[in-house]
Amino acid sequence: MEEQTTDQGGQGLGGALDLIRRMGEAAQQAADTPAAQVQVPVPVPDVATTVPVVPRPAAEAALQQLLDAAHGPDFLSLLAVFVLAIFVGYYVVWHVTPALHSPLMAVTNAISSVIIVGALIAAGMAVDNVSTVFGFVSTVFGFLAVILASVNIFGGFLVTRRMLAMFRKKPR
Amino acid sequence: MDAFTSIMYLIAAICFIMALRGLSSPETARRGNFYGIAGMAIAILTTMFGPQVHNWWWILGGLAIGGAIGFVVAQRIQMTALPQLVAAFHSLVGLAAVFVALAAFYSPEAFGLLIPGTNEIRGVSLIEMSIGAAVGAYTFTGSVIAWGKLQGVISGKPLVFPFQHFVNLGIGLVLILLVVFFSIWEPGILLWLIIILALALGVLMIVPIGGADMPVVISMLNSYSGWAAAGIGFTLHNPLLIITGALVGSSGAILSYIMCKGMNRSFFNVILGGFGGEAAAGQAALADRTVKQGSAEDAAFLMSNASSVIIVPGYGMAVAQAQHALREMADLLKKQGVKVSYAIHPVAGRMPGHMNVLLAEANVPYDEVFELEDINREFAQADVAFVIGANDVTNPAAKTDSSSPIYGMPVLDVEKAKTVLFVKRSLGSGYAGVDNPLFYRDNTMMLFADAKKMVEDIVKAME
Repeated sequence: MEEQTTDQGGQGLGGALDLIRRMGEAAQQAADTPAAQVQVPVPVPDVATTVPVVPRPAAEAALQQLLDAAHGPDFLSLLAVFVLAIFVGYYVVWHVTPALHSPLMAVTNAISSVIIVGALIAAGMAVDNVSTVFGFVSTVFGFLAVILASVNIFGGFLVTRRMLAMFRKKPR
Repeated sequence: MDAFTSIMYLIAAICFIMALRGLSSPETARRGNFYGIAGMAIAILTTMFGPQVHNWWWILGGLAIGGAIGFVVAQRIQMTALPQLVAAFHSLVGLAAVFVALAAFYSPEAFGLLIPGTNEIRGVSLIEMSIGAAVGAYTFTGSVIAWGKLQGVISGKPLVFPFQHFVNLGIGLVLILLVVFFSIWEPGILLWLIIILALALGVLMIVPIGGADMPVVISMLNSYSGWAAAGIGFTLHNPLLIITGALVGSSGAILSYIMCKGMNRSFFNVILGGFGGEAAAGQAALADRTVKQGSAEDAAFLMSNASSVIIVPGYGMAVAQAQHALREMADLLKKQGVKVSYAIHPVAGRMPGHMNVLLAEANVPYDEVFELEDINREFAQADVAFVIGANDVTNPAAKTDSSSPIYGMPVLDVEKAKTVLFVKRSLGSGYAGVDNPLFYRDNTMMLFADAKKMVEDIVKAME
């Protein structure tokens, strides 16, 4: 039982990566297909590079604009990651024993503070950026967010550790 | 994002999944927590050494201040105050999300959010940003209110006012409109307006929810803190934030679902609030019925002569801090050859798994503690059911009386035990405001006292 569920998790993640890769390829193809129809003498653009060197025909440019507007394949692959991660979370969390639901809340709380990544970027801006008004405002917001998130990270993992340390088996 | 950063973020995400996976049993849980810490360390270090961070001073300062506060708080907190602590922590995630969204709005170039060659932020980024900020703001004030209710700073009673739901619905619709306007015209004032409205909505939505529904509220806010992180992840094009946010979001959603099922109420019924407000209305008429009252000595005698005792703890045990005395009592019983087990209802306490943590704190081995569906059949073979600080979760009316507000809620079948010992301060009804017919049964003996004092007296009588 244990082993089987671990495998499920593994498949989910592997599947996720695979899907993301395939979506990326599909988007690439979508971007290339109309180009192939219009252009005849121009050399075929290299599939591996996302930035084509060749001047683009109108149809491709229009499509690219459309994709940009919708945030392009970037947004779709992020959405795919999001949806698949929800599924991974769903299956993993149903396997959490009800006795550990409190540590589950504490640890999910701690890991949701990974939002600190965004705060780090804001707080760690280049100094010449900080000297502008908006840059300074952003840096301060980032700094405050780093404080809040790190309270959560240190506090959350520590309190989880304290809780888990108390769960003991019957002495035999 | 360069390849190295992407791969490190992926490893961090896998660590977080392993952290949740470890919680499937207490043996693997500690290693799971270690995975979580490792994942977080990888995420932070990768970002700090990454191309988007140029200056460490603010970061190190923030980490030191926040880390110190977090460390001290987590080290000092009493296990009974855990629900408040978790609510407070959720509020911090919410507020952090708001701050990150604002930082991204004012310095989009640092986050790579500009349309190449222009000074404009992409429309989609604006939508993602404002949704992340709104969910964060809502989580912040909602969690602060939940914290107040759990801490006792704000009354645990539901606060209801006329047209409440229409006001909330109105704010919600205005919020959606503002997000649309903001994505088109991009003025900062709209983002602030969105944040302020979401802050207000957080207060208004949680205020009408009663204290004992807090397990659902905390789980829900847990879920929202995840969605807020995911929203920011979309804004920053960061898959790690998106994955983690989705994990946390679905975890909180599952917990809310389990809690709602434990009360046989729909999620909306809980969220719309007002439940348990009108307690003790028709109480006087019922209170005339006779109850059997016992003393600590009676209880000690009954339990010492039993062959199996099932203890049913509830929130009252947490309030009285009776878990240590309770474990002492159980130890004495076990020494006399009595089989002791504990039965936990899913919504006992103020957060999911609250009772399990308190019992674990008192050194009760976790393999003596059982969930409702695992132990309910055993009450029929038990000699004594010892109910301490629980009420509604043992109410047989939930099975028989279709007019009862708690009808259909899964309850512990304590009345099937030969004798029910019910530790309670008075005959008052529980949170749901429903009288418990269990009090008046022939096989029930009421022990009127503070939970901790009664258990200590029982221990003395046994010795």
